[in-house]
Amino acid sequence: MNAMLKWIPLLPLIGFTINGFWYALIQCRPGAKKAHATVPGLIATAAIFGAFLISLQTFLALKGMPAEGRVVEETLFSWMKVGEFDLKMALRVDSLSTLFTLVITGVGTLIHLYSIGYMGHDETPGKFFAYLNLFCFAMLMLVMGSSLPILFLGWEGVGLCSYLLIGYWYQDTEKASAGKKAFIANRVGDFGFILGMFLIYTHFGTLEFAKITELLGKSEFVALLSPAAITATCLLLFLGCTGKSAQIPLFVWLPDAMAGPTPVSALIHAATMVTSGIYMLARLNLLFSLSHTAMMVIAVVGAATAFFAATIAIAQNDIKKVLAYSTVSQLGYMFLACGVGAYGAGVFHVITHAFFKALMFLGAGSVIHGMHEEQDIMKMGGLRGKMPVTFVTFLVGWIAISGIPPFSGFFSKDEILWNAFANPHGNKLLWVVGLLTAMMTAFYMTRMFYLTFMGSSRFDHEKVHAHESPALMTIPLVILAILSVVGGFIGIPHMSWLEHWLEPVIPAHEPSSFTAGVTTEYALMAVSTVAAICAILFAWKTYTNLKTADARKKRHAKLHETLEHKWYVDEAYESAFIQPIYEISVKLWKGFDVGVIDRIVLGFGRVSQWTGQAARTVQTGSIQVYAIMILFGLVLSLSYLIKGFI
Amino acid sequence: MSETSGVAPWVIQSFCAIIFFIGLAGVMMRRNILVILMSVEIMLNAVNLSFVTYARQMADMGGQMAVFFIIVVAAAESAVGLGLLISMFRTLKTVDTDEIRLLKE
Repeated sequence: MNAMLKWIPLLPLIGFTINGFWYALIQCRPGAKKAHATVPGLIATAAIFGAFLISLQTFLALKGMPAEGRVVEETLFSWMKVGEFDLKMALRVDSLSTLFTLVITGVGTLIHLYSIGYMGHDETPGKFFAYLNLFCFAMLMLVMGSSLPILFLGWEGVGLCSYLLIGYWYQDTEKASAGKKAFIANRVGDFGFILGMFLIYTHFGTLEFAKITELLGKSEFVALLSPAAITATCLLLFLGCTGKSAQIPLFVWLPDAMAGPTPVSALIHAATMVTSGIYMLARLNLLFSLSHTAMMVIAVVGAATAFFAATIAIAQNDIKKVLAYSTVSQLGYMFLACGVGAYGAGVFHVITHAFFKALMFLGAGSVIHGMHEEQDIMKMGGLRGKMPVTFVTFLVGWIAISGIPPFSGFFSKDEILWNAFANPHGNKLLWVVGLLTAMMTAFYMTRMFYLTFMGSSRFDHEKVHAHESPALMTIPLVILAILSVVGGFIGIPHMSWLEHWLEPVIPAHEPSSFTAGVTTEYALMAVSTVAAICAILFAWKTYTNLKTADARKKRHAKLHETLEHKWYVDEAYESAFIQPIYEISVKLWKGFDVGVIDRIVLGFGRVSQWTGQAARTVQTGSIQVYAIMILFGLVLSLSYLIKGFI
Repeated sequence: MSETSGVAPWVIQSFCAIIFFIGLAGVMMRRNILVILMSVEIMLNAVNLSFVTYARQMADMGGQMAVFFIIVVAAAESAVGLGLLISMFRTLKTVDTDEIRLLKE
């Protein structure tokens, strides 16, 4: 069993190697025949599907173990050894990471399969599938690593793959710079992550999760830790999360990341990579729980991001942009959950969100595919008859994310709202923000759904022949739709399988510590459901008649414009950071580089020119002058020698 | 000192020095390369004479040895020098050192 563990990340790596070499050595040679997506796609899918099977086997093995000992470990080799610091390349799967490996490989397999259809007309499918597999490898290393440096290895690896895949169509400058933006925003976060890691090593003397958890379990050790140091560590690590999981202030890269191919948006920027911040919080939940300040910061940032991104999503017209801001908003929800101490609810939302958001992204990809690369929902409409499978599956995703029972989104979202309300770390205000966000989510999702599938079509039937996507793309949609329906049942309140399953890693809260009773819980559930339904009906009514929608838009023109321009955050960053840096760079270039460094370098050249110019007059070219010089030299040296002898 | 020699060494050495400087002056001042070459030969012979004188005076055959070497080398040198001179005259149509300043370039 142990020996199988390494194959989970290794299989995608092998897939990457095969596709990568095949592409680099054969397919991209000039004059090579254009490869079709099928073979590279099948190689990549087989690799990730194999990893899924092993993950499933690992999960079942863990399930068979007693709850306390649910850990599988495998040490591969010693990565680096400096003095007492011995870093082992070791994989460790426990009840938390096994869920993540299942989601990554499971949803990953479906998205790989879908990509074969979606990337059918692409020029370089070999490269695409190589990157996709490399991403899966890095993501699996991230969740399976037994220590922070290995997690960081995966963390950077997924960042790299995200960059490569956002800028996949790099001939388009805008897409290439979206990749750069993602990379740079993540660098800021990673800087915090590294510093946090250093602090952990300073205070704990180890970077291995098992040892950190063990130390945190000892009350005499915890008593010696200074609260300020813990808070600093947590906040620095959280800075890393804001970068990777697109929270305020570093969320700006995620909406732009939609420049990548749609399956990439589904896999990396909705289902897996962006949730790695939640994974880290859940992994180190004992540490974070020690710092009340850090928890509060996380909760507030999460709630603010959720609210803020939801407002932006209302005014976006690009189908992928709506989904992107929705993802940012939902990630905010997950951080809100972690911030109020409900790590289990956060992980629960990661899982359900992976299902319905991947479903919606793939559905959007199917729509874009069928509409000949059209992404503007204002130019769609009435697609329900043209794309029945996409329509039905998207419908499921829409209901799930809106929070209508018994779809999966309802359970996880309600768990978070309940914890925000009643958890000892929670706060009523956070609950209000969460509820408002949930209403807005229902609103903008209905808006997008209605404008895309319902009503009458607003595109030119002569030019655009909207058609259903091939089976290769609809089958993953159907599977994800089923998961979106039933996914919530793993976390039904009061008989949550998930909470029980995560107990070895995330200690459950005592029911008595909650500040409100069960009756309140059901009342709140009813409130949020009614709120969601109201929001849906309101949006439905608004967009049934586009004229009234336009009139309403005009009445609130200023607000609409602000939202459409994303609260001018990009512009603010542009003037606050990018412009000053640019100007400083120009000044350094013109002042320091040209003025100082160039002058020094050119000065050397000029000095040698002058000395040369002066010295060359000696060279008359007349032999006799040379002879006289020789004579002089001879006389001088002889006289010195003779004088020396005397 | 040998009985057969009637002339004092300093006389011979002074004579050598005079001849040497005559040669040197020739090398410095004349403009015709042919003459310069001849002046170099004069200088060499002045040195030869000086060597022989010292060899005799100090009863050391090393000096005479050196003279043989110098004669051989001088012969080779003048052969090469004359060859160069002829080819130079063919290409440049002159043997005047004032007009030949190719080293400057």
